[in-house]
Amino acid sequence: MEFFTEYGAILIIIAAMAGFFMAWGVGANDVANAMGTSVGSKALTIKQAILIAMVFEFAGAYLAGGEVTSTIRKGIVDSAIFAERPNDLVFGMLSALLAAGTWLMIASFMGWPVSTTHSIVGAIVGFAAIGVSVDAVHWGKVSTIVASWVVSPVIAGTLSFALFRSVQRLILLQDDPFTKAKRYIPIYMFFVGFLIAMVTLLKGLKHVFKDNGMALSFADSALIASMVGIVVAIIGSYLLSRIKRDLSLETDNRFANVERVFAVLMIFTACAMAFAHGSNDVANAVGPLAAVVSIVSSGGDITAKSIMPPWILLLGGGGIVVGLATYGFKVMGTIGRKITELTPSRGFAAELGAAATVVIASGTGLPISTTHTLVGAVLGVGLARGIGALNLRMVGSIFLSWLVTLPAGAGLCIIFFYIFKASFGQ
Amino acid sequence: MALSNSISNIFGVSPIKPLQNHMAAAIKCVDLLDPFLKATFEDNWDKATDVFDKISAEEQSADDLKKQFRMHMPKSLFMPVSRGDLLSIITKQDNIANLTKDICGIILGRKMAIPKKLQDDFIGFAESSAETCHKAHGAINELDELLETGFAGSEVKFVKKLIRDLAAQEQKVDKKEQKLRKKLFNIEADLSPIDVIFMYNIIDQIGGLADTAELIGNQVELLLAK
Repeated sequence: MEFFTEYGAILIIIAAMAGFFMAWGVGANDVANAMGTSVGSKALTIKQAILIAMVFEFAGAYLAGGEVTSTIRKGIVDSAIFAERPNDLVFGMLSALLAAGTWLMIASFMGWPVSTTHSIVGAIVGFAAIGVSVDAVHWGKVSTIVASWVVSPVIAGTLSFALFRSVQRLILLQDDPFTKAKRYIPIYMFFVGFLIAMVTLLKGLKHVFKDNGMALSFADSALIASMVGIVVAIIGSYLLSRIKRDLSLETDNRFANVERVFAVLMIFTACAMAFAHGSNDVANAVGPLAAVVSIVSSGGDITAKSIMPPWILLLGGGGIVVGLATYGFKVMGTIGRKITELTPSRGFAAELGAAATVVIASGTGLPISTTHTLVGAVLGVGLARGIGALNLRMVGSIFLSWLVTLPAGAGLCIIFFYIFKASFGQ
Repeated sequence: MALSNSISNIFGVSPIKPLQNHMAAAIKCVDLLDPFLKATFEDNWDKATDVFDKISAEEQSADDLKKQFRMHMPKSLFMPVSRGDLLSIITKQDNIANLTKDICGIILGRKMAIPKKLQDDFIGFAESSAETCHKAHGAINELDELLETGFAGSEVKFVKKLIRDLAAQEQKVDKKEQKLRKKLFNIEADLSPIDVIFMYNIIDQIGGLADTAELIGNQVELLLAK
């Protein structure tokens, strides 16, 4: 279509800029939520957290972000409806990026707890359902996504509850928790390594293997992931062996040294958390961009099978890293300072429960909210009588933010949509 | 930007440390009871006044801590222990500080002279009662370890033992109280009736310190039961 030959370059540039801005926002704000628990429990300094976040957010986005990106790109809208009017889909995706970005800015200034995921999904549904036609939305897929927003915090909470209970039984309630901690913590480290490797193998490297004519069966992947897990556990054991018991710390709290052992574990779960966050949240920024790029480069053919060019995920990952470096470290410091009651033995359970949930959701292509999942995980530890005090008002405000964010994202997106249509003379 | 859009909002302030700090302040009052009584036995009312001022100051700081504690206890908090139990513990802790101040206040106000014959028993009784408060303090100090273990396992057994010790100590205080009353009864005809009434009153209140400490122990036991 000549529309795309004429305006293709500028559309891609606008989409890339908006996508980068969204990714920047995710890096500046969202990552701090994912990593704040590690900083707050003093398992990591801010610098270490930033470093881990940069590496693992990027790795997560690049290696395991493909599925969610594809959901945002083409899972929510019905491509068939847009086959005749590809420009509308391009405008819509551009509008969705701008709407979500604007809404997040407004919410940030007002201090509302909103999720990037909800904003972008709301925006895409908004322009498709109202701007185009109600049938343009894959309602089945959307209801699965919305259901996953309810289910993911519950699953994360259950996992962290179980993790904390296992830690209680294996370590905290034993006569010599320090020795027991050193003995059993490598198992959790194995699980972290296994989880990341498995998702990377099953989802992230699928295309790479296909291109090279290789195919890994599920069992092969599980075997390789187990080996990665063992390597991680060995590295972890080495780090643990360097922790010596310092009796002077135990005068005030007899578990001070046990917590030092858990702090080592939390370095690993923080990596998992950053990886999980990168794999899920980067899609919010680059999914719409990927849609625009694929339509423009195929000259308006929506149904054409196109493999997402790698630079798109790189741009998303890069945006997150820049966001972290320019602003995220500040937010992380503030959040870390406010979380003073979380000790590593609880923080790890919350992080691992949340990371596992998010990574699995990413693998199945479901865009969920990392922050809400983490809140669910923290509540799970709280239900196991693990945390001194939790403020349930936060849970209420999360529900409120759902009620507000979806229509707000949708409304803003429709406005941008008509502005685009008008300004490109459509 | 976006600071309240943060996970940190879900973490409330754990009530354990503030509760322990308040108990520490109450215990400081109790610890001053002994020097106060000894000063009155020496008829050194200047010194007694000094000690009383210190007790008042500690009682005031305990009061402030209690107010802060209550302010940070909104109903929306989700805690591993019940909010009601915690509030009732802090009220009892505060009673320890208040009782100590009242006891010393009456003695100082009336320049009450404890008869020489009773002094040894009296100080022994007061020390024993203070010891009960210390044992309650010991139980309260275990709350952070209890939280660490998630209120389970050998730590629970350990705290239960502390509470048994506390109850045994309170029994000892009761015996000493009976003995002291008996001795006072034997000589009360030689003393001014009004003084005697107040002496019984003071003995009652010192015994009340131990009772309150035991109530704290009972309340901690309730925390374990859930």
